[in-house]
Amino acid sequence: MADKPKLALYWASSCGGCEIAVLGLHEKILDVAAAFDIVFWPCVIDIKYADVEAMAPGSIDVCLFNGAIRNDENARMAHILREKSKVLIAFGACACGGAIPGLANFSSREEMFEWIYFQSPTTENAARVFPQRHTRVDEGELELPAFWNTVKSLSQVVPVDYYLPGCPPEVQSIELAVQALVTGELPPSGAVIGLNIAVCDECPRERKDKKIKRFYRPQEIIPNPDECLLDQGLYCAGVATRAGCNARCPQVGIGCRGCYGPLDGVYDHGARLLSAIASIIDADTAEDVEAVLETLPDPAGYFYRYYLPQSLLRRKARENGQKKSAAEKKPAAAVAD
Amino acid sequence: MSEAEKFNPVIVGFLCNWCSYRAADLAGTSRMGYPATLRDIRIMCTGRLDPTFVLRALQGGADGVLIMGCHPGQCHYQEGNYKAIRRFALLKRVLQQLGLEEERVQLHWASAAQGLLFAETVSRMTRQIQALGPLDWKHNWPNEEPFMLLQPYLHEEVAHGR
Amino acid sequence: MSEPRVGIYVCHCGHNIAGAVDVEHLSEWALNLPHVVVARNYQFMCAGTGQELIENDIGEYGLTHIVVASCSPHMHEKTFRNACERAGLNAYLFEMANIREHASWVHPNNRSAATSKAKALVSAAVHRVLKHQALEPMRVDILPATLVVGGGIAGIQAALEIADAGYPVYLVEREPSIGGHMAQFDKTFPTLDCAACILTPKMFDAGAHPNITLLTYAEVEQVEGYVGNFHVTVRKKARMIREDLCTGCGTCWEKCPIKVVDTVFEAGLGYRKAIYRPFPQAVPKYPVVDAQNCTYFSTGKCKACERFCPTGAIDFEMQDEIITLDVGNIILATGYDLFDARRIPEYGYGRLPNVFTSLEFERLTNAAGPTGGKITLRDGETEPQSVAIIHCVGSRDKAYNEYCSAICCMSSLKFAHLAKEKTHAEIYNFYIDMRPIAKGYEEFYHRILAEGVHFIRGRVAEITDEAYTTEEQGKLVVVAEDTLIGRQRRIPVDMVILAAGLEPRRDSQNVSHMFGVGCGDSGFFTERHPKLDPVATVTEGIYIAGACQGPKDIPDTVAQGAAAAARVLGVISQKQVQLEPVRASIDESRCSGCRICNNLCPYNAIEYLAELGVSRVNGALCKGCGTCVAACPSQAITGAHFTFEQIMAEIDGILIDAGDYEPNPIEILA
Repeated sequence: MADKPKLALYWASSCGGCEIAVLGLHEKILDVAAAFDIVFWPCVIDIKYADVEAMAPGSIDVCLFNGAIRNDENARMAHILREKSKVLIAFGACACGGAIPGLANFSSREEMFEWIYFQSPTTENAARVFPQRHTRVDEGELELPAFWNTVKSLSQVVPVDYYLPGCPPEVQSIELAVQALVTGELPPSGAVIGLNIAVCDECPRERKDKKIKRFYRPQEIIPNPDECLLDQGLYCAGVATRAGCNARCPQVGIGCRGCYGPLDGVYDHGARLLSAIASIIDADTAEDVEAVLETLPDPAGYFYRYYLPQSLLRRKARENGQKKSAAEKKPAAAVAD
Repeated sequence: MSEAEKFNPVIVGFLCNWCSYRAADLAGTSRMGYPATLRDIRIMCTGRLDPTFVLRALQGGADGVLIMGCHPGQCHYQEGNYKAIRRFALLKRVLQQLGLEEERVQLHWASAAQGLLFAETVSRMTRQIQALGPLDWKHNWPNEEPFMLLQPYLHEEVAHGR
Repeated sequence: MSEPRVGIYVCHCGHNIAGAVDVEHLSEWALNLPHVVVARNYQFMCAGTGQELIENDIGEYGLTHIVVASCSPHMHEKTFRNACERAGLNAYLFEMANIREHASWVHPNNRSAATSKAKALVSAAVHRVLKHQALEPMRVDILPATLVVGGGIAGIQAALEIADAGYPVYLVEREPSIGGHMAQFDKTFPTLDCAACILTPKMFDAGAHPNITLLTYAEVEQVEGYVGNFHVTVRKKARMIREDLCTGCGTCWEKCPIKVVDTVFEAGLGYRKAIYRPFPQAVPKYPVVDAQNCTYFSTGKCKACERFCPTGAIDFEMQDEIITLDVGNIILATGYDLFDARRIPEYGYGRLPNVFTSLEFERLTNAAGPTGGKITLRDGETEPQSVAIIHCVGSRDKAYNEYCSAICCMSSLKFAHLAKEKTHAEIYNFYIDMRPIAKGYEEFYHRILAEGVHFIRGRVAEITDEAYTTEEQGKLVVVAEDTLIGRQRRIPVDMVILAAGLEPRRDSQNVSHMFGVGCGDSGFFTERHPKLDPVATVTEGIYIAGACQGPKDIPDTVAQGAAAAARVLGVISQKQVQLEPVRASIDESRCSGCRICNNLCPYNAIEYLAELGVSRVNGALCKGCGTCVAACPSQAITGAHFTFEQIMAEIDGILIDAGDYEPNPIEILA
């Protein structure tokens, strides 16, 4: 082993928490540095896209790619890094499932721009200044990447070898992955690196019979510290979400948000949550069920908090009556291509 | 209306083995005609209905999904249809948030003796979906990558996930 | 594993399918479906030659999966599964596409639409069958004892049949004596045998049979387990009589000072004591203390019975006893309740004294009844000069029960005969339709007609004591439209008998839940198949007999009792029973112990193992509904033969031509 394997890290549409999670390895980051030759990490190393484009295909051994695919730039980098990397890992919930940026799929691009640039109460934009794809300046033409209508997960754009979910992935999960990469003992391609059991398995709270007469929002009750939050009517995605975080949120009295995503073989994280949560509602008639559901506002937001782009339906219908002819559609602004 | 008449929706049905599937059988035995829009899948009980199935059907090209089971109180397994009521109520809310019209996914009951009710339910839902038009869910995310893909990047030594 | 090899067989069903579906085209098209190596179409797949086609192909082409596109699986699934088994292919590697009931018969005038739909259904079946797994039925040992619930004629018959065959039976009866409604009757139609004469010997046999354990004055409280291994808890109510000492001599009830109206056996027309035996031929012969009316239980004094009992058999300290029984099979023969005629106020029952129910009349005319068999008005003396018998009270009426109670025509004819014979009164039968449908019934009807009984075809609107004429003064006036002459009629009579319909027991819902049998719209227990499996229920090992399944007369009731016994004996003789493998199971390595599923199972088949932190399905209790499978947030529960992968594949297959659908894409994480 003359050369150290080459490592790349990239940050697409995400908050940056995943980068910090890598640094969260603390002194173990030195092991990473010792084991790998870091060739591309824009957040930390001064390096240009041109540099990576110039690399030979397959010259990067492992790429940790975090963030969802929201625009042309994200997608372009996904393709470039795919080409250059032997192993591409979707790192974190955004790359795995779209996650928080993916919640934009509950709106259309037009609705979002309209709100952000014109309608929101904190915006004053009488001149209707609006970012354009192409802007002429003295030095030439500036280009903004095209903003997509639909946020996608990494695997919806390029093939992905492994997945490391979490928002962000916990240190122990990253260690697991690093371990596997260093030793070469990798799971079958396409696998999630981690456990294949739900958060409840790691949750110390005592679970009893589940019968929900009403849901509570976190500000409405102080939960019993020893009992299962869901048993107490607090929405918790832990039942359907992959373990690996040591039940971090439930441990401190907040229901699991679902960032580690579904278990292997599940097509739709939201559907699993929906089915499980609905099953334990303690009502048998449509009216009684509706009354209980009144206490669970924004169910789609709960169930698809992290995995809407990676769900079966992926997004909201683009507009009501999307079937109407294109001529009838009125874009809020002439935006993007 | 000629446009709507031309459109033959595809409705995926999930029928419970004991009541609604037999109602469909009875509609057949009694030669009660109804539009050829329903394609049914037999499950033992509406309690088996995983919401994933409904989403899969919608994503896969169905214009509507019809779930039918035994009348409340008459479930072959005593209570399975109550679970279906609960899941359907929540699924309806989620689908509404995802911008689906309410008529696209429906839950109805028919006993094994109600062949006529079954046929009428399919006919009614067909008319409702025809009025709404095709769903064509996949057109919600056209290929939005305008630039040219780079050279083929799959390396033989790495077996990719897809 | 080698590549799967699918065979597809499209049935013409004569013209039934081929008339609307292009079967040639369908089978040709099906060759393009994944892994299909043989696709044929044939006149009648269910015929021996059709089945041989499958069997031969399995051998010749090494087929691993079979799809038959023909009729409903409820019709021929079993037929084709057997064909597969004969050729050495596991029965569960077969799938049916229903292109007759669900396609050709419902889209007869649109050949292209019917054919496209058939294609979708065939494609669905192929995609599904490729995900099928070989399954083996579960086998469980069968305990030889049987529990019979209900000691009426149905239960007695069933118990005797099984006991005579040499197997133990527990016969549980809620009342102090077995005998049921039949013990209250006087004569039985159409032969006019005395009910007691034919029933009493059977009651005696049941009481004395070495293989029958009689548990009277007892009720089932809990049922656990599954076919072959039921665990039943029975509460034997305290009789206050030590059965080992009591000789049934009768001293106790002679000495008892408290007289109580007997609302059960005498239908409120007679009295009994606070310690009583419901009727002289009661089995067992022991009396019972009615604690609600007994002086000792209200005041702490009396004990007259105890003082006079020659054997010291009275025990006021006796407590309810909880008995547990382990049985292999259960027969429910819980009978019926009579429709409460008070619910039809215009018929005046409870308000007009001389309006009687059919059961009251049975007691009036019974030689052992409160009047010694003398038919009198409510005053107990006056013999009626004219009697009206109203059919279909509470039956064939959407306001009450839509169904026909089956026995009222015949019992009304019987009442007409008995009243005529004993009082020579004028008898008027008000009927909607006469339905004397069984052997000897029509002849009995003609006999009664010949006896000069009047028949008026029309539903009675009202029974009133409001007289319009002097003739009607002091009489009950029956108002009805005589639909044969198209006129309204008012018939003044002395006595009215309401032929009240049969209803499910008031607690039938609870009983159905306790035993896991269904009850339909009306509340009668649901048989597994209305024609072909009339005494079995959806719960294996639980059978039904008699009027708890639906209104029926004594011959049918006895036949069902015997039929249920025969089914039970059939099961017992196999020593083991096979259970359908359509059942849920939990992958414990994947179960997080979230307990979502724990409360969902109506059969309590899911158990949470706290020490392991996982849930487990008791396969023998599971009925395969799949509710827990759909609920499991970890997708850790598999419902055999209705797995997630199978149904998803079926959806993919059924939408083969819809939209730009790519079959079988890899969707998410792994």
